[in-house]
Amino acid sequence: MSIKFKTPMGKISRLNGKCISLVGDDIDTDRIIPARFLKCINFDSLAKSVFDDDRKTLKGNHPFDLETNKGSSILIVNSNFGCGSSREHAPQALMRWGIKAIIGESFADIFYSNCIAIGIPCFTLPKKSIKEIQRYLDIKNLFFEINLFESTAKAEDLKFNLEIKETSKNMFLSGEWDATSKLLENEALIKQKLNDLPYINFNSSF
Amino acid sequence: MSQDTLFDKVWDLHKVASLPGGSDQIFVGLHLIHEVTSPQAFGALKDKNLKVKFPQRTVATVDHIVPTDNQSRPFKDNLAEQMIDTLEKNCTEHKIKFFNIGSGNQGIVHVVAPELGLTQPGMTIACGDSHTSTHGAFGSIAFGIGTSQVRDVLASQTIAMNKLKVRQIWCENKLSNGIYAKDLVLNIINQLGVKAGVGYAYEFAGPAISALSMEERMTVCNMSIEGGARCGYINPDEKTFSYMKDKLCAPQNENWDKAVKWWKSLKSSDNCIYDDVFKLDASKVEPTITWGITPGQSIGVNQKIPSLNEIHPNDQFIAREAYEYMGFKPGQSIKNTPIDVCFIGSCTNGRISDLRVAAQVLEDHKVAKNMKAFVVPGSEKVAKEAKKEGLDKIFINAGFQWREPGCSMCLAMNSDKLIGNQVSASSSNRNFKGRQGSPNGRTLLMSPAMVAAASITGKVSDVRDLINK
Repeated sequence: MSIKFKTPMGKISRLNGKCISLVGDDIDTDRIIPARFLKCINFDSLAKSVFDDDRKTLKGNHPFDLETNKGSSILIVNSNFGCGSSREHAPQALMRWGIKAIIGESFADIFYSNCIAIGIPCFTLPKKSIKEIQRYLDIKNLFFEINLFESTAKAEDLKFNLEIKETSKNMFLSGEWDATSKLLENEALIKQKLNDLPYINFNSSF
Repeated sequence: MSQDTLFDKVWDLHKVASLPGGSDQIFVGLHLIHEVTSPQAFGALKDKNLKVKFPQRTVATVDHIVPTDNQSRPFKDNLAEQMIDTLEKNCTEHKIKFFNIGSGNQGIVHVVAPELGLTQPGMTIACGDSHTSTHGAFGSIAFGIGTSQVRDVLASQTIAMNKLKVRQIWCENKLSNGIYAKDLVLNIINQLGVKAGVGYAYEFAGPAISALSMEERMTVCNMSIEGGARCGYINPDEKTFSYMKDKLCAPQNENWDKAVKWWKSLKSSDNCIYDDVFKLDASKVEPTITWGITPGQSIGVNQKIPSLNEIHPNDQFIAREAYEYMGFKPGQSIKNTPIDVCFIGSCTNGRISDLRVAAQVLEDHKVAKNMKAFVVPGSEKVAKEAKKEGLDKIFINAGFQWREPGCSMCLAMNSDKLIGNQVSASSSNRNFKGRQGSPNGRTLLMSPAMVAAASITGKVSDVRDLINK
């Protein structure tokens, strides 16, 4: 029997986990979750389809299939990860597979904001640091302890100062990454804005 | 930090508040939804016991999953039927205007909103689709969002967002005959790279941009996201206003004059400040084709596939991957590459002017033997106009299949897919691995005119050789 996936909630300040490396630049969201799996009205079944085409092509040798990566939760990637389609199904599929944080050289904008909105912190590190981590992972397992407050990732014999946008960091530490209720607190200001916008009254209705 | 650009003005106008974490709360003037990225957002509203705040500011259509051959209900594909059914129910329950199949106004969301006059200068527009940048062609600030943000817009008509930087892309001179907006934007992405736009809004400007029609401008803004920019826009001008005049949802009568006056005030000021400026000579642009697996990997039709030492070290990893996936060798000509499938359509190039250009190339020609060629109009309105002009006949006589409106093989969520390692000549926007429905299918992006040329010769060809005869 499958256990219902529990989405993250509230403040996020510390994350511990095993790292999994996925080498490659410009890995787009079509690769993370091919469009045929978007035919669904909830995100529940996406975990098994993450990287479906790439995994089939590599016949068991894709990082997401390797026995040694089982149970990993910190994804290490290269540059412009998550480019392309805005489909939130991509970070949702990664999260449901087990990913709780991503460290990379850089991220595409929409993918990044989708990750924030569902509670996956994304950190950046310079190219050479990512290479160092990926080389390490070629040889042995790596367990990071991520401290969001300090913006650090520590292992027994490694330590990195992670970079994260100040606004994102604040949102995770305060729990405001789950934005809806915070946005609704400004209800009066929203109504005021609607009344003030010049174009609201210009338009014919349909 | 940019100052006094259209982006700054529209952003400031829509800012509701500064959020405690440091980002801005931005009012969304127009929210567009479709069947793929909205069901989970409506589900989340239900879970949180929330209502749609301003239902009249959201408009829905159905595009990604619709079959383009037989659209009778229920759809043959049960999952597709479930998705359209869910959208219908959500729109009814929350009193959201839905342009369904057969309404006369259904189509690809980024084709429909401009043709109805919903898209207007000075608006913020959000949609759960990365090609929302298209609407920036009208001087709106339009960007793609994910499903959680769709939920937030439904619930509050606002989202939390960090202000983007602004890069002006100045396009000097004009495009030559036989060169189109698609060629221009592919060149911009090639020169700047697919990640240069991360954190930026792109303002497209200069004589080459002013000379473009509104539909061509939409093609350029549409592909901003392929250069990494979530948002791309063009300052509104007389062309913008005359395109919008008398559209169904555009301001009418005395409101029109008020609106135009306000729209004119939104332009980037003469002494505005950009975070960056990039210049490009449009007269040097050739018919352009992608050879790789990102929209940045493109060359002119008469150029050769670049070798590794011609590629920036940062782009060599993805270039190696592209050679292997596409089966191209460095130094090989792209011209004469055999094509199996020709696709004209998508939110990039599925508008009436795209169909006109392609039909002009196809007139009195036949598609090559064994070529599968099909055209998918961007909307019911585009299809109707095309039929009125007899374009459907030209396509059909040439050997194209004439289909019903939808996203179709741009992303292959319906039954229009590549098979095996087929090579497509496609007027769409993404050549990612597996994008067109086959895990080893190969996509060459190009203008609709170039797709038409390829359909006739059966291989990558220079459209100028056909039209200049």
